[in-house]
Amino acid sequence: MSELLQFLFSGVTVGAVYALVALGFTIIYNASDVVNFAQGEFVMLGGMITWFAHAAGLPLPLAALSAIVVTAALGVAMNKLMIEPARGAPVVSLIIITIGASIFIQGAAQLVFDKQIHSFPAFSGDAPIRVGGATILPQSLWVIGGALVVFAGLWVFFTRTLLGRAVLATSNNRLAAQLVGINTNFVMALSFAVSAGIGALAGVLATPITLVAYNVGIGFALKGFAGAMLGGMGNPKGALVGGFAIGLIEALTAGYLSSQYKDAAAFVVILAVLFFMPQGLFGRKSADRV
Amino acid sequence: MLTVEGLRSRYGRIEVLHGLDLTVESGEIVTVVGANGAGKTTLLRCLSGVQPVSAGTITFRGEPLTPVPAWKRLGRGLAQSPEGRQIFTNLTVEENLRLGAFLFSDDRVEKDMADAFAMFPVLKEKRNLAAGGLSGGQQQMLAMARALMGRPSCLLLDEPSMGLAPIIVARIFDVVKGLKDLGVTVLLVEQNAFGALKIADRGYVMETGRITMQGTAAELIADPRIREAYLGI
Repeated sequence: MSELLQFLFSGVTVGAVYALVALGFTIIYNASDVVNFAQGEFVMLGGMITWFAHAAGLPLPLAALSAIVVTAALGVAMNKLMIEPARGAPVVSLIIITIGASIFIQGAAQLVFDKQIHSFPAFSGDAPIRVGGATILPQSLWVIGGALVVFAGLWVFFTRTLLGRAVLATSNNRLAAQLVGINTNFVMALSFAVSAGIGALAGVLATPITLVAYNVGIGFALKGFAGAMLGGMGNPKGALVGGFAIGLIEALTAGYLSSQYKDAAAFVVILAVLFFMPQGLFGRKSADRV
Repeated sequence: MLTVEGLRSRYGRIEVLHGLDLTVESGEIVTVVGANGAGKTTLLRCLSGVQPVSAGTITFRGEPLTPVPAWKRLGRGLAQSPEGRQIFTNLTVEENLRLGAFLFSDDRVEKDMADAFAMFPVLKEKRNLAAGGLSGGQQQMLAMARALMGRPSCLLLDEPSMGLAPIIVARIFDVVKGLKDLGVTVLLVEQNAFGALKIADRGYVMETGRITMQGTAAELIADPRIREAYLGI
């Protein structure tokens, strides 16, 4: 029993990271229908920049904040330099551009930083908290809390604010969005900034547990993508549930089958979702009449 | 209110507007009629800023409009109900209307929405449904209502009758006629020349990117060439 509880704790922890990545996918997808495969690189940058700034002497909270701000700015630059010039291209081309961006960011990180594995101290110490025969790290609570706060913020943004609806309107019909006075270029820049910032936050929160290196991004992107697909692309609720579900499936696979198969779990889920319910759990069914 | 002089526009290397002159005075309903492919929609796309202008000037309320990006033109008072309606299909009817008033967040938004529902009661019934599920006529009503939510002084209407049953077309034209009393100037682009000329003050006839005739609506309806070519009489 305590064994199962331990697996659940570790599943929820890693699931919270995937949920943050999936939430990052949600915003850019909602603004542009593009699945941004560089989302994982934002997580890597969050961890790497925090480590770098901390090693250079900045206090940890300041280092973390600067990592989020710098990564958000890089997200805006990515939109300006790579996505905006290709506007009007099919969505598939844009997605391939984001894969290129991902490879580019990875290479640049290797040059700017290094190829070592890094970490920085956990925010609230390393003393495990004992719960019912299992243990959980205080940092896990930070990650889970971060995912829940970001989810709540996005949910309010998309369902309760006019700007949030403007983001949805921009992806649904860019021409009409301009005609009602929405600056669609600003909406795109904003969604990249927020997505990148959330990705960096995931990196900041997770690095004390998962460690960071220049090449960790792709793994986060694929697992987060699996979570977003499972939950239903574009829906914050789906991203949260899907991310946690992937984390739990992964931890249980590692615990009861073999840790060799851990990574396969996410891909089995992607395939199953695509075959049997492409809308995901909470996905919108599109019903257009012409 | 709206003056277009020598307007030219092209798609790639092919010029589709060959120097148009057109004016709309404040409070008028002006219609541009013509066959499919005459360039009517391109003209409206130039006016709303989503189609580049290669030569000529557009002046709106005394100021040049050409350098103003599309998303700022509603703020200047120029709204468009575009061809193909272009509603936000996966948002609800109410969300579509609210976004029509994206530039505003005052008490008048609620009042304007109540007015829109009074104008088109069917939209009120369906206010919480996804707009993509509306019928063609209801989508057209929503597109017009959404444009009016932006408090325009001038409304550009692109083919509001397209693909709709005659009874719905009559209803839509009635509403357009009523906009005059609300103080909204209208530029109406239509293939349905007879219906458009019946409610308009003045009209222009457009053929292959040029204005070929103009006059009061009454003159145009009475003109034998128009009657033969566009009214099928």
